Amino acid sequence: MFSGFMINTWIAASIVAATAGLVGFFVVVRGASFAAHALPLSTFPGAAAAAWLGINEIAGLVAFAGLGVIGIDALSRRGRPEVATALTLVMLLGLGTLFLSRTTTYAQEVYGLLFGQVLGIGAADIAPIALVSAAAAGSVLLLFRPLLLSAVSRDLAQARGAAPARTDLAFLVILAMASAVALPVVGALLVFSLMVGPAAAARNLTDRAGLAIALSVALSLLTVWAAIALSYLTNWPVGFFVGVFGALAYGLGRAALHLRRPRRAMA
Amino acid sequence: MLTLSSISVAFAGRTILHNVDFTLAQGSFCGLIGSNGSGKTTLLRTILGLVKPDRGTVDTGGHEIGYVPQKIQLDPFMPLRARDVVALGLDGNRFGLPLPSAARRRTVDAMLTAVDATGFADRRVGDLSGGQQQRIMIAHALVRRPKLLLLDEPLANLDLRSVAEVVSLLHTLSFEQRITVLLSAHDMNPLLPVMDRIVYLANGSSVSGTVGEVVRGAVLSRLYGYHIDVIRVHGRVLVVAAGGEDALDADAACEPVHVTQIR
Repeated sequence: MFSGFMINTWIAASIVAATAGLVGFFVVVRGASFAAHALPLSTFPGAAAAAWLGINEIAGLVAFAGLGVIGIDALSRRGRPEVATALTLVMLLGLGTLFLSRTTTYAQEVYGLLFGQVLGIGAADIAPIALVSAAAAGSVLLLFRPLLLSAVSRDLAQARGAAPARTDLAFLVILAMASAVALPVVGALLVFSLMVGPAAAARNLTDRAGLAIALSVALSLLTVWAAIALSYLTNWPVGFFVGVFGALAYGLGRAALHLRRPRRAMA
Repeated sequence: MLTLSSISVAFAGRTILHNVDFTLAQGSFCGLIGSNGSGKTTLLRTILGLVKPDRGTVDTGGHEIGYVPQKIQLDPFMPLRARDVVALGLDGNRFGLPLPSAARRRTVDAMLTAVDATGFADRRVGDLSGGQQQRIMIAHALVRRPKLLLLDEPLANLDLRSVAEVVSLLHTLSFEQRITVLLSAHDMNPLLPVMDRIVYLANGSSVSGTVGEVVRGAVLSRLYGYHIDVIRVHGRVLVVAAGGEDALDADAACEPVHVTQIR
């Protein structure tokens, strides 16, 4: 399980999981779950385009993540963000269908991109994944306070000079980067569960933002490690285990919150 | 301290504010009174610089402004303690991680003490009562020690006891720290004991002065453009439009009638 080609998978998955746990915290507190669902799906056609053009897969994913961000941001300025997100998703998915029909990509690979794959990570993928993840994580840490303040209240952020509209765009970019690198590992359909499950659990376990982020990263890593190990042993898809563990983490978080609440009421 | 000169604001051709003028001296406690839709929020946002007036000028003397927006809904699932929200008021716009610092903690603690919030400073902010959350919002707005504090309907949606507590807290802060307070409300009654100035908004126009000067039938009739009675009962004020029947029909007429709630 830890030898040869699997090493790349472990390294890539750990980087991706830590980033998803960090970015996921802000997905959850900012109520951006729909964007976190739509962006990986809009990004997925990038892999098909890359295969068609014969370029690096991660580059294709990042390019389409960028298109997703531009689409959501530009359309959000003219209407409701969730409609903008849905429209962007539909347009890019349509393009994805076109690219897939143009390539000779095997159905197996498409399946892997949608649902995740253990064996798809090569040594050449590690560097771009690490680079993009580091950029996403670094941006979150840089924008930590504006991201948190505008999640509390956009009015407060605006009054404090933290420009919530610019923060929103920056967050979309961060989300797109984290999605693009997580996609080849856990799959387009389930990047979302890795972003939301651990973070949603973590925010119920503590009242401190810093600790909640640390817990979110830890739960995300545990989820991915357990998913890869079980996927390796059972030959079931990684995405299945990621989804199940993500939901499980969230359920445990809610249960913990119920246990914590009565004590607080008495205090 | 704060001077507004003939401020006019229009959105999409509709006049929101028309020639609004008033001046506040340092340390004054002013109520910005008007019914819903009278332009109170727009006026506060204009003073903050978030709305550009079509005409007129705002002079804040270069002072920093503290602001408590209306109807803040704090997410009960947000993992933030009350003290964290106050700390975000100090430096929430800065880049990078907030490094632990004794000075920062002292400043936040002092502010929590000033608004009498030490008892719930370490609780999750979304779990606090409306009155407690409003104290935290005031601490968030004041933690950088601004000399001008704007509050948008801070008494709305509070129970009677919390209303009295928040008013008394604001009055104490204004008095002790010489903070100029401009507070919007649709009901002036809870503010009558503490207001030394009033700005009354109706139809986008304003009158300002002391309560005695402004809250009079003749003055408000001129502002609204039709007959208004001001009735004083047990130290409380009722502003009633042209006779009892119209007053009852206030909702249909949309204006004015702050037939202030009977308590």
